[in-house]
Amino acid sequence: MGLLLIEQAFNGLQFGVMLFLIAAGLTLVFGIMDLVNLSHGSLVMVGAYLATTLIEWTGSFLLGILFALPATFLVGVVVEVLVLRTLYERDHLDQVLATFGLILFFNEVIRIVWGPASLYSGLPEGLSGHVEILPGVPYPTFRLMIILAGLLVAVLIYVIVAKTRLGMLIRAGASNREMAGALGVNIRMLFTLVFGLGASFAGLAGMMLGPLTSVEPGMGEPLLILAFVVIIIGGIGSIRGAFIASILVGLVDTLGRVFLPMLLRSMVADSTADGVGPALASMLIYILMAGILVIRPRGLFPARTG
Amino acid sequence: MAEILLKTEKLTKSFGGLVAISELSMEVEEGEIHAVIGPNGAGKTTLIAQLSGSLRPDSGSIFFQNQDITQLPEYRRSSLGLARSFQITSVLQNFSALDNVALAVQAQAGHSFRFWSKARKATDLREPALNVLEKIGLSERVDVPASSLSHGEQRQLELAMALATRPKMLLLDEPMAGMGVEESQRMVEVLAELKGTHTLVLIEHDMDAVFALADRITVLVYGQSIACDTPPNIRSNPEVRKAYLGEGEESSETFVDE
Amino acid sequence: MSADKLWITWAGMALLALIPILIQVFELPVFYTEMFCRIMILALAAMSLDLILGFGGMVSFGHAVYLGIGSYTVGIFSFYEIDNGFIQFPATLVICGIFALLIGMMSLRTSGVYFIMITLAFAQMVFFLGISLEEFGGDDGMPVYRSEFGGWIDLNDPLSFYYFVFAILLLLLFLCHRIIHSRFGMVLQGCKSNEARMQALGFPTYRYKLAAFVISGMICGIAGALFANWNEFVSPAIMHWTRSGDLLIMVILGGMGTLFGPVLGTVLFLLLEEYLPEWMDALLFPGAGEHWMGVMGPLLILLVLFARGGIHSLLGRLRIRNG
Repeated sequence: MGLLLIEQAFNGLQFGVMLFLIAAGLTLVFGIMDLVNLSHGSLVMVGAYLATTLIEWTGSFLLGILFALPATFLVGVVVEVLVLRTLYERDHLDQVLATFGLILFFNEVIRIVWGPASLYSGLPEGLSGHVEILPGVPYPTFRLMIILAGLLVAVLIYVIVAKTRLGMLIRAGASNREMAGALGVNIRMLFTLVFGLGASFAGLAGMMLGPLTSVEPGMGEPLLILAFVVIIIGGIGSIRGAFIASILVGLVDTLGRVFLPMLLRSMVADSTADGVGPALASMLIYILMAGILVIRPRGLFPARTG
Repeated sequence: MAEILLKTEKLTKSFGGLVAISELSMEVEEGEIHAVIGPNGAGKTTLIAQLSGSLRPDSGSIFFQNQDITQLPEYRRSSLGLARSFQITSVLQNFSALDNVALAVQAQAGHSFRFWSKARKATDLREPALNVLEKIGLSERVDVPASSLSHGEQRQLELAMALATRPKMLLLDEPMAGMGVEESQRMVEVLAELKGTHTLVLIEHDMDAVFALADRITVLVYGQSIACDTPPNIRSNPEVRKAYLGEGEESSETFVDE
Repeated sequence: MSADKLWITWAGMALLALIPILIQVFELPVFYTEMFCRIMILALAAMSLDLILGFGGMVSFGHAVYLGIGSYTVGIFSFYEIDNGFIQFPATLVICGIFALLIGMMSLRTSGVYFIMITLAFAQMVFFLGISLEEFGGDDGMPVYRSEFGGWIDLNDPLSFYYFVFAILLLLLFLCHRIIHSRFGMVLQGCKSNEARMQALGFPTYRYKLAAFVISGMICGIAGALFANWNEFVSPAIMHWTRSGDLLIMVILGGMGTLFGPVLGTVLFLLLEEYLPEWMDALLFPGAGEHWMGVMGPLLILLVLFARGGIHSLLGRLRIRNG
């Protein structure tokens, strides 16, 4: 039981970190550009496909990722310049519909280039084993690596946002767009850059997800909706909120699926628990979201004031 | 002395570090036109917003007819008889002038959970609305969409909507903002007609209008009231002159023209 | 101020009334009757969305959830061998009303982007709830027997089914028409135009928006109940989030904020879905139709960027030019 708890806590952490990679870019795009971008999940998919292919070509996991990152960045920049740029001045409904169209388009392009079947890449060599995280507690090396990589990116984003001039502009933009404009910033460049960065983070999530699950068209969409839940909980535009909410959602979802049915079984009849347990577990994070909304309608750390 | 209709006690509101209204206590008597003037950034609009309920004060209280309304939401205050007009024209753009005013009448005509009969055929909404529009001088323009009205007409419509809720007190935030001379003149006439039947709190930059209309004037500087008196006394108040004109010793006529 | 042209509604409904007759006259397969039946059912859902989107300004991105709840209500009754439509349909109204009330109470505390994301999130929650209901088929869904109406209406006859749906659509169109022009409807449209102003006038806007949200959910639930009957099957796929996106597209395509626009949009959207693959096969190269979504996506973006009024306003302009 204790062993299972530790292992599942790590799985939850890994899931949370993955969500953070997706939510970080999304929350910045929401916060700074006030843009609802549904196609953010497609960038997860694009990252996964690019990485899988490039890893095969180069024969190296690391090289594949290193090439795939700038490639996803580029895809993000192209999307921003071609489509999203025209949407900033539109209302949210237009943005929802146009980026919904982008999803359909991306999924189809992927199907045309890579075919409709799922890709399986397997774990990279050297990362397929286990390490002992605590004496007597083995944990898959690859998952541990994802946690570390995710935390590293989180630190990187923190440094960018908190310590650099770019970060200052991002923060200014997230809390007050007019002010950022008044500072004489080239807003267009800033938007493109931020969008590209967000795209590469989302892509990175897809790249690391690749070896764990199947890479297939539409794979980013369920994750996107979870990232929405994260952003609602964390507060739009807040990196800190996105981080805390990601970990929270990752842990609650993972632990809830394992332990809630167990817990119920110890309290009520088996048949009832078997029916209600999984149903309740799948709803847990949404109930969490609703609960937080009741207390704080603008999320835990709302970035925009007024 | 007339009855006190509205009273604030030590009203305070700040945004971040900026104090917009600081421990403001003021009284508005029933039937008077009470103007609030002050330089830009003195907190006038913040005051109106708190009185109408769209902003909550940080501390202090607001009383309307001796009832503490500090925590009441905006729509409840409206039903008590406190109506507001907006500084930035805030009519329903895609509704006709008549629809706008009829909606305002509807707001005080019981609940609107009526799903079947046609609102545009309801004489109990349309007739009072037409009366208000006539009073305000817009009877020629009833079927024009608000978005097609001139700026001055939209300001008139704004006032008509506030009036149509049959308020005891009107909070008017710069009703003459952006109006031409003729339009302003008409607005002054309309407001003068309301004198006696309505209590008005008036924020206005047009000093001619303020001094012509107001029974009393409160002067707001940096969120604090530095004077509250009749127009002639305000005109000769040295502190007010100082706040408005710096150290300069200019004639009261110049001040009025400001 | 309403962009509504009543003649479009009359003409459209007259055409829909004639369709089964035309199909019989031209000896077309019964498939077409069934296809238009499905179109009318989803048009009902789109219309219910337009009530809060086009008239109330609420961008609900989770409207398919009520299609799902309506379908599952009929499905679960059918599972327990209660096939009486006079029980199923009122129950659908009540259950969808309760769900819409709960979701609306949470979602309407927020606005803008939050509202879009929260409605989507709650819809996703119910979607996963459907998947986890192993007893009712889980992911795979379960078969549904068509509702019985005590021998009055036989839904197993395609023509009866068609006119049953037609009558409900007509009835609810009329209901929506009355709502839109009622006092309640005026308040709703006022909220869309300028909610702050409405509050200053003295309207507790939250309550009115919530009421509209619930009415809309109930109407959409009826569409769901009809859909389960049409499909003789129910699965979580009916409330997949892309379906909510489809409903939004249907409304925009037809012209939001109009009574009949959503019906027109649904007709066009579903016909495109049906025939775009065939056209692409014929025009481009054989097999191109498989990737029709790749054309639909950019089409959608272009629609959003350049043609906001939808078909309804196009027809409206046509009429002005002709007469």
